[in-house]
Amino acid sequence: MAADKLSTRHLLGIKDINLNDIELIFETADNFKDVINRPIKKVPSLRDITIANIFFENSTRTKLSFELAEKRLSADVVNFAASSSSVSKGETLIDTVNNILAMKVDMVVMRHPYAGAGQFLSRHINAQIVNAGDGAHEHPTQALLDAFSIREKLGDVAGKKVVIVGDILHSRVAISNILCLQKLGAEVMVCGPTTLIPKHIAALGVKVEHDLIKALNWCDVANMLRIQLERMDIKYFATGREYAMMYGLNKQILDNLDKEIVVMHPGPINRGVEITSDVADSKQSIILNQVENGVAIRMAVLYLLASQKDS
Amino acid sequence: MRNQSAMQKRTLLSGQKLQITIKRLCHQLIENHTDFSNTVLIGIQPRGTFFADRVHQELTAILKTEAIKKGHLDITFFRDDFRRKDGLVTASSNTIDFVIEGKQVILIDDVLWTGRTIRAAMDALLAYGRPESVELMVLIDRRFSRHLPIEANYIGMRVDSVDSQKVKVSWIENEAEDKVILLSEPSSPKRP
Repeated sequence: MAADKLSTRHLLGIKDINLNDIELIFETADNFKDVINRPIKKVPSLRDITIANIFFENSTRTKLSFELAEKRLSADVVNFAASSSSVSKGETLIDTVNNILAMKVDMVVMRHPYAGAGQFLSRHINAQIVNAGDGAHEHPTQALLDAFSIREKLGDVAGKKVVIVGDILHSRVAISNILCLQKLGAEVMVCGPTTLIPKHIAALGVKVEHDLIKALNWCDVANMLRIQLERMDIKYFATGREYAMMYGLNKQILDNLDKEIVVMHPGPINRGVEITSDVADSKQSIILNQVENGVAIRMAVLYLLASQKDS
Repeated sequence: MRNQSAMQKRTLLSGQKLQITIKRLCHQLIENHTDFSNTVLIGIQPRGTFFADRVHQELTAILKTEAIKKGHLDITFFRDDFRRKDGLVTASSNTIDFVIEGKQVILIDDVLWTGRTIRAAMDALLAYGRPESVELMVLIDRRFSRHLPIEANYIGMRVDSVDSQKVKVSWIENEAEDKVILLSEPSSPKRP
């Protein structure tokens, strides 16, 4: 059993937490998964806590998931979207956040287009910070829920082979996943076109493969990442159709593999690009389990962080 | 709290006496609930579950039926000392695989002290539905130490104790011995 305390006051990235933290989050998430499947899906733990969800970048799943997690813990929630705020009038990040904190907010869940925004904020403000994605850097709760879903499906993460396919270059999910899976003892491979694989990714201790079929035959789990067209300033591959032919997963490929693998996707899916509809909706896909587990994982993270007595 | 080994120990219940107490409590339950057709036992995690399991075992033996329902309830997320206490209490599992709605529930815990655990347990229980009634059974009742207006319906033994004392219940299942002990700080040296 894991020790009963997180080693950190904020959740900024998987890089900053240790194996014990991850195990504690998983054990707590098991309990919350039980809670969210009850007739009354709510516990009063965080009833005197106020959480601000500050999203400087668009999000559906993560934002909803955090908000649900917060509400199911009985926290008070305020939402802030940069697109409809004074940020467009030129307010700085610290000013924005300090103004929100002046309204007595205890925790901040933040998504920001720049890497390190969470770290920066944690040095300047008092509230506890949960990173909900910072640029192409980290997305810790996504990695935790991915690993949690693998653990749920396959019993354990240690010793499993996971391939992350697609746009590794622009992906915070990939980095956090690699770090998280490695801490849990899994083997990780990345697969994609040369242009979308960062040059020095092998330094993280991952295998690199450019042939999708080889990668799929190697793995137990394939995590198909979304092509992030909005982050691509230049052309990284000729056409979406070519990408789908080379790196898209379809039912035929899946059925022709030597073994049955688990298919994951962090969403949102570009159906017909990374994976086809029949794969996304197949029995081997745990995409919707990932979404369900996301709420439990986020409840666990918020609960464990909030349980730290004010210093 | 000081190191337990430095504390004075007094055995309150053990061995056969504890067994007789459990038997007596079971007969009291049967008096009120007859065949347990609409009654369920819920042990409070983590330590009340051992006691609940014993009661269940005994009732099963007395009534010669396997049909008595028993569950375990975790109250961690319903505690009222969240963020007010150092350290975190890790949650345990809930195992309630039946419907609480309309049932007569007997909550079971080992020691009743301030009553805060039971308050939390009632909240936690209601998340599973609306029971017809809730009763409380405890092995040890530390009298006159309640923070809340809560009393037990079935009591194994009443104990008078002060706040610095501690009641420890151990079972063969977790600590190799059925025993209830009262731990006290060593008494201060007598005045000259």
